Amino acid sequence: MSHRPERRATDPPARRARARRGGAPREDTLDFSLTPEQEAFRARVRAWLQANVPAEWARRVSTVAEVPRPEAYGFLREWQRRLYEAGFVGLTWPREYGGQGLTWVEELILHEELAAAKAPPILNILGVGMAGPTIIAHGTEEQKRRYLRPILSGEEIWCQGYSEPNAGSDLAALQTRAVRDGEYWVVYGQKVWTSLAHIADWMMLLARTDPTLPKHRGLTYFLLDMHAPGITVRPLRQMTGDAEFNEVFFDGVRVHESQILGGLNNGWQVGLTTLMYERLALGFGLQVRLRIALDALVALARRLERDGRPATEDPLVRQELARLWIETECLKFTGARALTRLLRGELPGPEASTGKMIWVAANQRLQELALALQGPYAMLARGSPWAIEDGLWQHSFLRSRANSIEGGTTEVQKNIIGERLLGLPKG
Amino acid sequence: MDFGFSQEQELLRATARKFLESECPSAWVRARMEEPAGTTPEFWARLAEQGWLGLVYPEEYGGSGLGFVDLTVLMEEMGRVVMPGPFFSTVLLGGLAILEAGSAAQKTAWLPRLIAGEARAALAWTEPNARWDAAGITLPARPAADGWVLTGTKLFVLDAHLADVLVVAARTAEGPEPERGVSLFLVPRDTPGLEARLLPTMDQTRKLCEVRLQDVRVPAEALLGPRDGGWAPLARVIDRATVALCAEMCGGAQKVLEMSTEYAKVRVAFGRPIGSYQGVKHKAADMLVEVENAKSLTYYAAWAVDEDSPEVPLAASMAKAYCSDAYRRVAGDGIQIHGGIGFTWEHDLHLYFKRAKSSEFTFGDATYHRERVARLIGL
Repeated sequence: MSHRPERRATDPPARRARARRGGAPREDTLDFSLTPEQEAFRARVRAWLQANVPAEWARRVSTVAEVPRPEAYGFLREWQRRLYEAGFVGLTWPREYGGQGLTWVEELILHEELAAAKAPPILNILGVGMAGPTIIAHGTEEQKRRYLRPILSGEEIWCQGYSEPNAGSDLAALQTRAVRDGEYWVVYGQKVWTSLAHIADWMMLLARTDPTLPKHRGLTYFLLDMHAPGITVRPLRQMTGDAEFNEVFFDGVRVHESQILGGLNNGWQVGLTTLMYERLALGFGLQVRLRIALDALVALARRLERDGRPATEDPLVRQELARLWIETECLKFTGARALTRLLRGELPGPEASTGKMIWVAANQRLQELALALQGPYAMLARGSPWAIEDGLWQHSFLRSRANSIEGGTTEVQKNIIGERLLGLPKG
Repeated sequence: MDFGFSQEQELLRATARKFLESECPSAWVRARMEEPAGTTPEFWARLAEQGWLGLVYPEEYGGSGLGFVDLTVLMEEMGRVVMPGPFFSTVLLGGLAILEAGSAAQKTAWLPRLIAGEARAALAWTEPNARWDAAGITLPARPAADGWVLTGTKLFVLDAHLADVLVVAARTAEGPEPERGVSLFLVPRDTPGLEARLLPTMDQTRKLCEVRLQDVRVPAEALLGPRDGGWAPLARVIDRATVALCAEMCGGAQKVLEMSTEYAKVRVAFGRPIGSYQGVKHKAADMLVEVENAKSLTYYAAWAVDEDSPEVPLAASMAKAYCSDAYRRVAGDGIQIHGGIGFTWEHDLHLYFKRAKSSEFTFGDATYHRERVARLIGL
């Protein structure tokens, strides 16, 4: 019975395991450890952040939202410039366009350190997260040279002209028209929910250039100058009281054909690239904000009392904090799995689509708990002398309601998972 | 950094899937549910032949010397087919305890036989007090001439009735710190005074026993690891077994998701496949999110075990807290998507649902592990 066959299915990994214990180079298996170069990069980021993250900011953003708040625009523009000059914006972008030519591993390290340092977000979050990667993927050499560097430095702020009053989840139904006039296209129509349009210099505009084609085929992606005549930006006040997004009206806005990105009537494909990067790059950012918010929530729970004892001694609070901790960590590990596929040049797996849904659920519950911990104080808003932490949590709580709507509603995300990943039939 | 499986690990997965689909189909599983043995000698020998009984054991005892990430792959595949039998108790509980705490002589005496499929081990740890911590270990072991005398009852002991040897956790000293004063003993099952009684279980693929010890006398050499210092190795074994269980749960949940998705594509109601309705489609999407989250946390925990990271207890508890809820919900939703057929004995879903439920309570449920997470992160 003790006879052991010569060949077993497990032989190859046995060799690998031996090699690993012997200190030989690792093969591609689950591995969270970093190379000496990557560790050095981490140390450099950490040292720079320690010296440069303003202490005042760290206090003010204890409940930070993931989208910059209007009162901080000036500060955040300056912050991005300094971050860029230190070489910490656009890590994965090619060097010739102002990037650092590094990998997504460095990008992940950077974001972990930003979270640990409670660093502010950058102002040009849509430019760096979406416009830039799309231009790198589809732009002409001239477009890359013109637009990429100012995106990274924050000199030129970008907004995204996708959603319309009658085209939200059903984006391809958009009606904004661009009509040819010689070398120019003339734009008529309206966008809505356009974050940062009121301070933006450029817009990623999706417009219909051929109404005779099926709805996904007649769209074109333009790089639109937001200072051009015929554009009216009207801020929309949100339930938080802030006006971070806008309505944008186009009344005969002229845009030159050289501003088309990725070819005429190819806008849907180009736009999908943007959305793919939105998931990935913004995903790192969301993870940072969630970690910062969770640390702040834990600190809040330590300070507050429930029924005469610290909230952290309440079993229900402990359960919920632990649950949030697990989900926040999970988001990181799931991100690492998605990143690995990217580094190996594989197609995104199912895990790539789950990040936003985990984040939404976790952040909304986190914000609910932050208010629950406050008891009746939860009712007090900023300006009240009794408000806890000057009502910052009340603001972030209200803001979190948008999470399951913006960037693809939770319902659309579930349709995508159901249809594209699981292969279920369309309704 | 690389957080995917290697080609060798994918090969192991393919081999295991093929083997288990052919050797462990549901008809075979159902037959084993009806019998105390939970497996067959032929099947057990095949597991040994594949090298799977010794996958994570050092080569000096006949093992393959692989890690928990490799094991994760295998456990996922075993979970996919709801594999019954004493694999878990022998390889991940009794055997690991001997590896973790045993002397050279004890390891040499038992491990090669366990790995070759010639003997089986179990871990008698929990008691009727149903606690998972050190304070739960109250069964006294008293020094006697040339050894020890153990008396008391162990409960929820996996596969004790099939084991050749039991690792019994007993209390050898009382004190303010329950972690001090736990000792482990190697007790052959045929030792006079030891009785393992098989209990009816909801999940018939898992055989649980009550183990009664009435003045069981063991020699001094039966002590496994340091006197009064048995909790530390035991806790390490439990954390590792927990990670392995999580991997098995991930595999089961993944299979339920696949079964439910396939069914939703072909089952027609009101003239359309039910998967085209958002009520079903969104449920399936939620299941996928839970399965992928469960995998992410489990893979991290397996990596932490292989690195011997101080984060193992935290990583294991994060994974078990999540998997406990996720597998139960996924299995429940799977039944819901299948409708009436999913509630029948004939359909395999109940095997998964019951395994999910029994796994949920094995090594502590989600609430227990979330509280442990809270403590470990300093709350």
